[in-house]
Amino acid sequence: MREAARLAPGIHLPGDGFISFFGFGQFQGSGYSVVIANSINLSDKAHWVWRETLAIHRRAPETRIASSLSSIEIFVALYYGGILEFDPQEPFWDMRDRCVISKGHGSICMYPILAELGYFPRSELQRVCQTGSFLGGIPDPVIPGYETINGSLGHGLGVATGMALGLRRKKHPRSVFVVCGDGELHEGANWEAIMFATQHGLDNLHLIVDDNKTAMLDYTDNILSHQDLAARLEAFGWQTVRCDGHDTDALQTVLSQMKSTNSGQPKALLASTIKGRGVPGLENQPLAHILNPKRELLDSLLGDSSDE
Amino acid sequence: MNKPRAMRDELLENIWRAMDSNKEIFFVSADFGSPVLDRIRSDYPERFVNVGVAEQNLINVSAGLALEGFQVFAYAIAPFITMRCFEQIRVSLALLSEVRQMNVNLIGVGAGYSYVMSGPTHQCYEDITLMRSLPNFQIFSPADHKVAGLLFQHCVDHSGPKYLRLDAQVLPTIYEDAAPSLKKGFHVHQAGDTTCVMATGYMLHTALEIAASFRQQGIELGVIDLFDLARFDQTELIAELQEYTHLVTMEEGFHGRGGMDSLLFELIARHDLDLRMLNLGIDGKYRFELGSRVELHEKAGIGPVAAAKRISAFLER
Repeated sequence: MREAARLAPGIHLPGDGFISFFGFGQFQGSGYSVVIANSINLSDKAHWVWRETLAIHRRAPETRIASSLSSIEIFVALYYGGILEFDPQEPFWDMRDRCVISKGHGSICMYPILAELGYFPRSELQRVCQTGSFLGGIPDPVIPGYETINGSLGHGLGVATGMALGLRRKKHPRSVFVVCGDGELHEGANWEAIMFATQHGLDNLHLIVDDNKTAMLDYTDNILSHQDLAARLEAFGWQTVRCDGHDTDALQTVLSQMKSTNSGQPKALLASTIKGRGVPGLENQPLAHILNPKRELLDSLLGDSSDE
Repeated sequence: MNKPRAMRDELLENIWRAMDSNKEIFFVSADFGSPVLDRIRSDYPERFVNVGVAEQNLINVSAGLALEGFQVFAYAIAPFITMRCFEQIRVSLALLSEVRQMNVNLIGVGAGYSYVMSGPTHQCYEDITLMRSLPNFQIFSPADHKVAGLLFQHCVDHSGPKYLRLDAQVLPTIYEDAAPSLKKGFHVHQAGDTTCVMATGYMLHTALEIAASFRQQGIELGVIDLFDLARFDQTELIAELQEYTHLVTMEEGFHGRGGMDSLLFELIARHDLDLRMLNLGIDGKYRFELGSRVELHEKAGIGPVAAAKRISAFLER
């Protein structure tokens, strides 16, 4: 099981019924490990996640929807694009890549992804924010697949640098990925971690900024502008690349290149995204973070979907 | 080694000795040193890191290392390692350790007034209150280097986040012969007639000094060193306290603000003990006066003279 999973970045899954259900192609070894085939259409997958996320929000309006829509393609590329190594049956499998989801509230889109991958039963998606559920408004590591405490912003990157240093010192081959928001980078502790990662040449550390350019009350530029964020990170010694954060193929290509490039510098991907993407009234709305789309709008977007 | 030495030197030497065989120990400093630390830095550069003057990152990096299986010792001046980065401590240590196994030991040097000439920024009167507010944290406040040294083995043997509140000065050795029981978390130095003095850290020295002077007046004070401020053996401590009618608490921190005094108030109230209490700690104000530690303590009401006077008055009531 493990052996096949190590052949290439990808996932290994527990049963072939599961695999065929989700349309993964290529079998490896004994039939329960897979490497995601090129045939999987990431863009279709992202659209499915978008619908599922909206459906969760329709059931649980306590969830932050706008920031959970800007990060969808990032997570789809990481988890379905063959970037991360992971094992849904053993979330803390030692040979996994560590994915620290620092922008906790803005990752509700991970719920359908984790459920589909087999971290927990899909039925749990019906219970988000309900009594007894482990799927809350802000994800924490009581959810299989989450590594750290999230929600209080600006902690993930620092913890991730510690993990990256630990992996390096153990001569462990796996990498650390951190997903954070651009507003979150206002927290000064991030910049302590950014300097630290450079100092220690942590090229096993990958920061992905969901650069939706919006914090809670306004556009980031109107609050505390990062100016040219790429230039800033580069000035701090990071290798930086920017791409369209809603183009799954571009994300897959860039992330794959990032992961395989090790030149002694930590790496950042600035993913240009749109907060509240695909929802009229949220896109290009500086207050998108705290707005809930009306039930009728969600109904019209989701149609007579069988999501519920 | 009974010759008095700094608590941190004894603890760090034990860490240094163990790092050869225990490859899981990682030492993280926020640009804070000591002569013994120089040995760790030079002998184990792969498992030592100086995060710079950056306590928030000190905590988060330590958390990350602990998640990767290292037994982490994080080292800085006491007020900075507790208060500058309190939310990192809360989120990445207290909260995260509820879900994930991690062993992070915060070594804070400079309890109370121990950075005598440095003034209130470097002195530390609030840390007991803050740290005991956090579930999952173990808190130790040793009175001499022997106990500080003993804490090492406890730290590697027991997972979870811990705070070690160390004095910055070289204090006289208290535990010359017998080591106190870490499991019990407190040590009875002497039994008394009606009154027990419960002290932690530096204040144990003052308590013993006062007890010696009271003995000359024919009064026997009980003296207990409470060096574990979170998980001491409650049953045993309550049994001790039941022998007394009066309890004096002595801590080098603000009194009446949730420190050791509150801890004992809560214990006594919960178990319905019939005890009158006098809480000796620093009055709730910041001071910029300079003076020796004893002079500062006298001004703050916890020096040997001031405290003895207050205890006498308490006994007469």
